[in-house]
Amino acid sequence: MTTIAPSVARTQPKTAAGRVRKRLSGRVASLIAVVIALLWTTPTFGLFLSSFRPEDDIKQTGWWTFFSNPQLTLENYREVLFGSSSSSGRLASFLINSVVITIPSVLFPLALATFAAYALSWTRFRGRDWVYIGIFALQVVPLQMALVPLLSFFSQGVEVFGITLMPAWNLEGSGQFIQVWFAHTCFALPLGVFLIHNFMSELPGELMEAARVDGATHGTILRKVVLPLVAPALAAFGIFQFLWVWNDLLVALIFSGGTAETAPMTVRLAQMAGTRGNEWQRLTSGAFVSMIIPLIVFLSMQRYFVRGLLAGSVKG
Amino acid sequence: MSLLSRPARLSAIAAGLGLALVATGCGNSGGDSAAPAASAGGGDAASAECAPFTEYGKFEGTTVSIYSPIRDAEADLFEQAWKPFADCTGIKITYEGTGEFEAQIQVRADAGNPPDIAFFPQPGLLERFAKAGKLKPASEKVKTLANENWSPDWVKYGTVDDVFYGAPLGASVKSFVWYSPSMFAEKGWTVPTTWADLMTLTETIAASGIKPWCAGIESGDATGWPATDWIEDVVLRDLGPEGYDQWVAHDLPFNDPKMVTAVDKVGAILKNEKYVNGGYGPVKSIASTAFQEGGVPITEGKCALHRQASFYANFWPEGTKVAEDGDVFAFYLPGNDASSKPVLGAGEFVAGFADRPEVQAVQAYLAGGDFPNRRMALGTYVSANKKVDVSKAANAIDKLSMEMLQDPSTVFRFDGSDLMPAAVGAGTFWKGMTDWINGKDTKSTLDFIEASWPKS
Repeated sequence: MTTIAPSVARTQPKTAAGRVRKRLSGRVASLIAVVIALLWTTPTFGLFLSSFRPEDDIKQTGWWTFFSNPQLTLENYREVLFGSSSSSGRLASFLINSVVITIPSVLFPLALATFAAYALSWTRFRGRDWVYIGIFALQVVPLQMALVPLLSFFSQGVEVFGITLMPAWNLEGSGQFIQVWFAHTCFALPLGVFLIHNFMSELPGELMEAARVDGATHGTILRKVVLPLVAPALAAFGIFQFLWVWNDLLVALIFSGGTAETAPMTVRLAQMAGTRGNEWQRLTSGAFVSMIIPLIVFLSMQRYFVRGLLAGSVKG
Repeated sequence: MSLLSRPARLSAIAAGLGLALVATGCGNSGGDSAAPAASAGGGDAASAECAPFTEYGKFEGTTVSIYSPIRDAEADLFEQAWKPFADCTGIKITYEGTGEFEAQIQVRADAGNPPDIAFFPQPGLLERFAKAGKLKPASEKVKTLANENWSPDWVKYGTVDDVFYGAPLGASVKSFVWYSPSMFAEKGWTVPTTWADLMTLTETIAASGIKPWCAGIESGDATGWPATDWIEDVVLRDLGPEGYDQWVAHDLPFNDPKMVTAVDKVGAILKNEKYVNGGYGPVKSIASTAFQEGGVPITEGKCALHRQASFYANFWPEGTKVAEDGDVFAFYLPGNDASSKPVLGAGEFVAGFADRPEVQAVQAYLAGGDFPNRRMALGTYVSANKKVDVSKAANAIDKLSMEMLQDPSTVFRFDGSDLMPAAVGAGTFWKGMTDWINGKDTKSTLDFIEASWPKS
């Protein structure tokens, strides 16, 4: 890296904009991109190799010693996925919890944000822009600030001046999934509404007018005209939200209750190293198990992801 | 239009998959909730099995939640140990272990959603919750049991402003030096009984060409804690138990000249290039060596001594025999003279956020003699409970630990960093000691820690 970077720095500043663009898509730039990609992947590759090495090897030597002393085992995966005692993994059952948490936590905000974005961009009512600005501004609030109030909202209900506006939810067991869905939906909405609104409001108004002339209601317009056009933005937001929820530890720790009944895989991974971190070799294989599903989702939907990344950033 | 068809198909699949999983999820939970009822019925039939638990009463259909920093394999053994009690009394105990106990318990308590019972690993934390009025005082029964089964030193740590909140549970002994009995026998070294002997032995080992001590204090965001244990052990020896209590309560400033002397006494070992860091390298390698691996060079003959708590028995490489005549064992970190035996240790305290009868029953059960003995029968466990049958300890080191804890002449003191305010005990003390290992001098390290003590 250090030998290549300066040469780029020397060529870049003096050239015109067109040449810069050419250079950026040229051979040198591609080479740099490949080198960066390799550097970025090396630790993951090391982790991957480690996950197949025996426990004592992992703890005493680095993964690169694998090449001089190749020893492979599936023990780490067996222990993490199907270990007979509850201590050594059973990640398979937590995987299901993760899926149960993730799917509604993606679909709810996706649906709500779509409706909200349509209302904010294509219906007219007083204070519409202020509502939009309000939602937009909510993105600034860190979710960590809302954890305690939201949890007490669930556990104690809402009471104002002695009048109970909402009783405590008293959710137990698998009912705690509802808390997690609710929390994830809340935290996702500001970004979701913003992203989809930006994409939706760029659609040509003539389309809506034409549909209106043909007698379409807002519901029909949304379903038949708007949805097909904003599909890339929906997919992009869906993937964002999926990855966020799948990898989330904080919200799950606080709202899911942390027992085997409701805890997602991330919570399980955090416990798996043992009370004093003495079983950390399990984290190698645990990490890869938790990576599989996001990888499948990402690879199968990546063309929407790239297209949707541009949502809201490129006008026209 | 073609855009819609693919996502539509995908989302249909996703929704279908989700529904199927929700359905299986519900099926599982139904099965789980049915199970305890069935086994409780079975428990009634086998009343002989339930005889020891009749004194706690019957609480069919009740649930008690426990929140604790103990997780993984150890947590499994806990659950197995109280299963007969739970089955016979009809109490369903839901156990949750977490690595983020200190932060999470605060969030849950603040939000009005605390567990029924928490295992506090730090008396300082317990005190904070007790003073905030979140904890319920322990029942009379628990109090009586605790006074019967634990020494006053231990009971004191579960007491805040003369109100007793929680009985101790497990324990670990920190005043241990690990060594290799076979190496000692081969070289003709003997286990020292005074601090002066220890230093002579250190010098003898160094002269034989082996670096006598090895250490590791790296522990993620808690890096430095093993070094604080060193300091605490020496303070307890040099200043005596009363001096130690004053230091922990900040009646003695952190940068007092007596403290400088005590820290320098540790420095004579940990910061002496001749004495450390066997198997790893120079003094500074202590800071970058994981505490789990700190003593491993002993098994390779590259180091002779490693000061670490009793729980280090779990960290030896597989196949290492931990016994008095085995590959590794531990001796008591000697006092200044052979007659005084102060012991530094740690443990958990069982405090309740609720005082429903079934919660008190669980607390009473955990404070009694039945639970620790059952737990010990399942695997390595140390408790200072006097009802524990030491002869049945799972291994030699547990046995030695419990003999020390139960010895009436033992003066027990809890790990000081767990008693100090978190800003120091779980913050600057760790950080200060790491800097100290990395070359900062004693006086300015102690000044730094002193300056960080919360003013109030």
